[in-house]
Amino acid sequence: MANHLAIDNAGPEPAEALLAKALVGFKLRDNAFHLLTLAAAWTVLILLGGVIAALIEGSVPAIRAFGFNFLWTEGWNPVTEKFGAMAAVYGTIVTSIIAMTIAVPAGLGIAIFLTELCPYALRRPVGIAIELLAGIPSIIYGIWGLFVLAPFLQEHVQPGLISAFANVPVLSGLFAGPPYGIGVLTAGVILAIMVLPIVSSITRDVFETVPAVLKESAYAVGCTTWEVVRSVVIPYTRVGIIGGVMLGLGRALGETMAVTFVIGNAHRIAPSLLAPGTTISATIANEFTEAVGDLYTSALIELGLILFLITFTIIAMAQYMLLRLRRREGQ
Amino acid sequence: MAIYDTRRRHDKFYIGLCYASVAFGLGWLTIILATLLFEGFRGISPAVFMQMTPPPGSEGGLLNAITGSLIMTVLGVALGAPLGMLAGTYMAEYGRHSKLTIVVRFINDILLSAPSIVIGLFVYEVMVVKMGHFSALAGAVSLAVIVVPVVVRTTEDMLLLVPDTLREAASALGLPRAIVIGKVAYRAARAGLITGVLLAIARISGETAPLLFTALNNQFFSTNLNAPMASLPAVIFQFALSPYKEWQQLAWTGALLVTLAVLVLSITARVLQMGRPAK
Repeated sequence: MANHLAIDNAGPEPAEALLAKALVGFKLRDNAFHLLTLAAAWTVLILLGGVIAALIEGSVPAIRAFGFNFLWTEGWNPVTEKFGAMAAVYGTIVTSIIAMTIAVPAGLGIAIFLTELCPYALRRPVGIAIELLAGIPSIIYGIWGLFVLAPFLQEHVQPGLISAFANVPVLSGLFAGPPYGIGVLTAGVILAIMVLPIVSSITRDVFETVPAVLKESAYAVGCTTWEVVRSVVIPYTRVGIIGGVMLGLGRALGETMAVTFVIGNAHRIAPSLLAPGTTISATIANEFTEAVGDLYTSALIELGLILFLITFTIIAMAQYMLLRLRRREGQ
Repeated sequence: MAIYDTRRRHDKFYIGLCYASVAFGLGWLTIILATLLFEGFRGISPAVFMQMTPPPGSEGGLLNAITGSLIMTVLGVALGAPLGMLAGTYMAEYGRHSKLTIVVRFINDILLSAPSIVIGLFVYEVMVVKMGHFSALAGAVSLAVIVVPVVVRTTEDMLLLVPDTLREAASALGLPRAIVIGKVAYRAARAGLITGVLLAIARISGETAPLLFTALNNQFFSTNLNAPMASLPAVIFQFALSPYKEWQQLAWTGALLVTLAVLVLSITARVLQMGRPAK
C-alpha cells in the first residue's frame, strides 16, 4: 500500500513535466510556424515593392538626362544616345487596341456560348480547350506568328485590305503601304488570340454569377436568348465584364515574346497599321542585352518602369472591379 | 407579327455570332497545335536529345537547352513554391480576417498579371548588376518570382475549400494550430496544392522574357549555376529569328517540346482538380 502510494506520488510528476515540456514545444513550434508564414506573406509585398524600387533606381540616369521629355520624344538613337519613349508607347497602345477590338467581342461570344447555349456535356471540354489557348507559352505564339500568320496575312489579307480601303478617306491611311507581313496589325492579331481566353474565361465565371431566377423570369415573359443576354446577363455583370476586359488589356500591354517576333522593331510612328513598329516590351527584349553604355540600359529600364506603371494601374483597377462584384455576390 | 420576326432574326444573328466566336477560338487552337506538331515532329530525332546546339549552318541538338531549362525550372520552383505556400497558408489560416491578407491578396493578383519582362528587369537590377555577370541562378530567381504569385493564389483558394469542421475537430483534440495545418488542412487540400505547383511549373517552363537578361544563353553544355545557361525558350527565340534552316528547324522542335510539356502539366493539373468537388 505504502509502496503504491509512493509510486503514485512519484509517477505524475515526471509525466506532468513531460506534458508541460511537450506543450511548450508545441507552442514554440506553433509560434515559429506562424511567424514563418507571416514573413512569407510580407515577402510578397516586399517583392512588389522591390520591383518598383529596382526599376526606379535603374532608370535614374535616364530620368536625369531626359526628364519628362522622354515621354513625348519619338526618336530612339543609340549612337547619339538620344532616347524617347513615344514610339514604343504608341506601338504598345495601338497593338493593344487592335487586340481588344477583336478579343472582347469574340471572348464575350464564347462566354455566352459556354453559359447559355452549350449542351451541358460539352461545357467542360470546350472551356478547357479555350483555356489551353491561354496556357500556350507566348514564345510559341511568336514563332507561329512569324512563320505562319505573318506570311498568311501578307499574301492573303493585307493586299485585300489595301485595295478595299484605297478610296476610303481615313482607312486608306491606316491600311496603306506595302504588305510587309510583320507589323503592328499582325502583332495586334497575335495579341488578340492570346487575350481571347483570358477575356472569355473571366466573363464566363462572371456570367455564372447571374441568379437563375432572373434569367428564368426573362425567359418566362417570352424573351429570346439574345434578349436575355443583352438585357439581363450583361447589365447584371457589367462591372465584372469590365474587370475581365481590363485584365486582358493588362496582359496585352505587357506581352513580350509574341510581339517581338512579329512587330518588326522599328522605332517610328507610322500612320499605317501595316508598317513595322515596336512596343515597350519588344524594345526591351530586343535591345537590352545588346545595350552598350549606362544611358542606353537606363533608358530601357525606364521604358520598363513606364510599362509597369501602366499595367499596374490597369490591373489594379480591374482587380478592384472584380473585388466589388465578388463582395456583392457574397452578400 | 413583324416585330416577332425582327426579334427572332436578331436572336438568330447574335447567337450565330456566338457560335462563330467559339469556332474562331477553337480554330486558332487547332491551327497552332497542328502547325506545331507538323513542323516540330519533322525535326525530332535522337540527336535532338543527345547533341548540343550547333553553330550556324550545321546539324545539332538541344541537349544543353533542355538541361538548362530543367535545372532552372526545378530551382525556380524549389525557391518559389515553398514561399508561396507559406504566404498562402498565412492568408487562409492565421490571418484569414486580417488587413494584411486583403493587401497581400490584392498585391499578389497584381504580381500574377505583371508583365514577365519587368520581372526580368527587376532581377537584372538586383542580381546581375550586383554580381557583375549573367547567371543561371539569376534566371532561376526570376522564374521563382513568377512562381510565387501562382502558388500563393492556389494555396489560399485550396485551403479555404477545406471545411472548418475538420480544423475544429482537430483543435478540439487539443492540437496546436501548426499541427492542425500540417496534418489536417494540408492533407485535405493536397491535390489542390499539387495542382497549384504544376500550374506554376507550366507557367514558367515557357517563360522567355525574364530569362533573356538574367540567365542569358549559352551555346555550350553547362551546369554551373554561376554562369550563363541555355534554356529552350531562349534558344527558340535566337534560332527562330535566324536565317539558317537548321536553326529554324531546331526552334520548331524546341517549341514542340515546350508546348507538350506545358500541355501535359496543365492537363494533369486539371485531372487532379477534377477529383475534387467544384467550389
